[in-house]
Amino acid sequence: MPIIAIISVFMGGIITIQAAFGFTSPLVPLYAVGFTTRESILLEFSPTIVCLILAGKVGSNIASEIGAMRITEQIDALEIMGINSAGYLIFPKVAAAIIIFPFLIALSMFLGIWGGYFMGVASGACTEYQYVFGIQAFFEPWKLYYSFTKVIVFAYIITSVSSYYGYYTSGGALEVGKSSTSAVVYSSILILLFGLILTNMFFHR
Amino acid sequence: MIEIKNINKTFGDRHVVKNISFSFYPGKTNLIIGESGCGKTTILKLMVGLHEVDSGDVLFDGANFPKLDVKQKQEIRKQIGMLFQGGALFDSQTVEENVRFPLDMFTNMTKAEKAERVNFCLKRVQLEGRNDLYPAELSGGMKKRAALARAIANNPRYLFCDEPNSGLDPKTSIVIDDLIKDITEEYNITTIIITHDMNSVIEIGENIMFVYKGENWWTGDKTQILGTDNKELSDFVFASEFMKTFFRKK
Repeated sequence: MPIIAIISVFMGGIITIQAAFGFTSPLVPLYAVGFTTRESILLEFSPTIVCLILAGKVGSNIASEIGAMRITEQIDALEIMGINSAGYLIFPKVAAAIIIFPFLIALSMFLGIWGGYFMGVASGACTEYQYVFGIQAFFEPWKLYYSFTKVIVFAYIITSVSSYYGYYTSGGALEVGKSSTSAVVYSSILILLFGLILTNMFFHR
Repeated sequence: MIEIKNINKTFGDRHVVKNISFSFYPGKTNLIIGESGCGKTTILKLMVGLHEVDSGDVLFDGANFPKLDVKQKQEIRKQIGMLFQGGALFDSQTVEENVRFPLDMFTNMTKAEKAERVNFCLKRVQLEGRNDLYPAELSGGMKKRAALARAIANNPRYLFCDEPNSGLDPKTSIVIDDLIKDITEEYNITTIIITHDMNSVIEIGENIMFVYKGENWWTGDKTQILGTDNKELSDFVFASEFMKTFFRKK
């Protein structure tokens, strides 16, 4: 959670400053800074970029943990006891991620917008009123539905892909490292691919 | 009783287990011995279903394990205790939680009954009072003993031990060997031990199969093994100066 909080606050601030810097035309109202920050954070930064970060952190953790269990025969021990090791080890991780990730992303959204507000007002890029008006302007609730649908799909991808690579590790410490890397790489690719597919579905006219 | 009949296993083009048959008796310490890489661990993994046999039968009191469905296999596995070479204790759990694990999974015991059973098993392996330690805090011998406590927690009918004294000092090895032998006799368990430790063979070898290049090369007991005229077995048994000096019959 700390890494999500830090990244979200800073990214919110950066997006706001960049947006304010880019909107030089007098025809563009300054509340567009808040609007741009909100859209960027709600639609892409929090659901996709934060999930890519989580793929690196959570995904590598799951793959290496399960991989280490495999090479130290802990998974064999479960199997011999008559326990379905895949169900016992993987299902709780997938379920927990699907439940917890939306809360993390909601926190990221809140902190990102708050970071943008803080930097926008502190740097004089926009006034408090303009920013608050901007983040409320033209709000369409279905976009939140789109964002959280992505988060749930990404949570499933991260945990299942990472668990798969961990579970089918064979060899030693070197292979655990390779599984961990593969888990992050393939989770990230699938996140981007499914992000594209879901975006095309939700924004299709 | 466990019987294996004509079991075979190949990995790619390597024929690792070649038509092996043997009977493992309850109440006895049944040993599978042989050089490193001869197929001992593969035989054990074939018996407990961690590898699938290419052909042959593995009979647990008459039930042909490879041919059972998943549910039936699980029922037999609940009666198996296994001591892995490295212990295979769950890193995230304390010694107590590790030993209690099969009880949590397969029994309806109350919390107090489980605690009593866990403490009994830990006392049996001389680990009383170490309940709250994590595997990372244990020595090699303690890990093996904790793993043995977990293996016997649920009163198994069959106990498999994969090189229980590898990496242990002679004193701890004897403690582990004696424990396994005592438990086997006391509860009439069918115990199968894989080892290449000759001290163990001489101490507890009541029913021995010598595996050589994937084949059942010799069978007998600890008294017969010292007088063997089988060349491959003799080379294996009397490889060390100690064995040559003190045990080779003139």
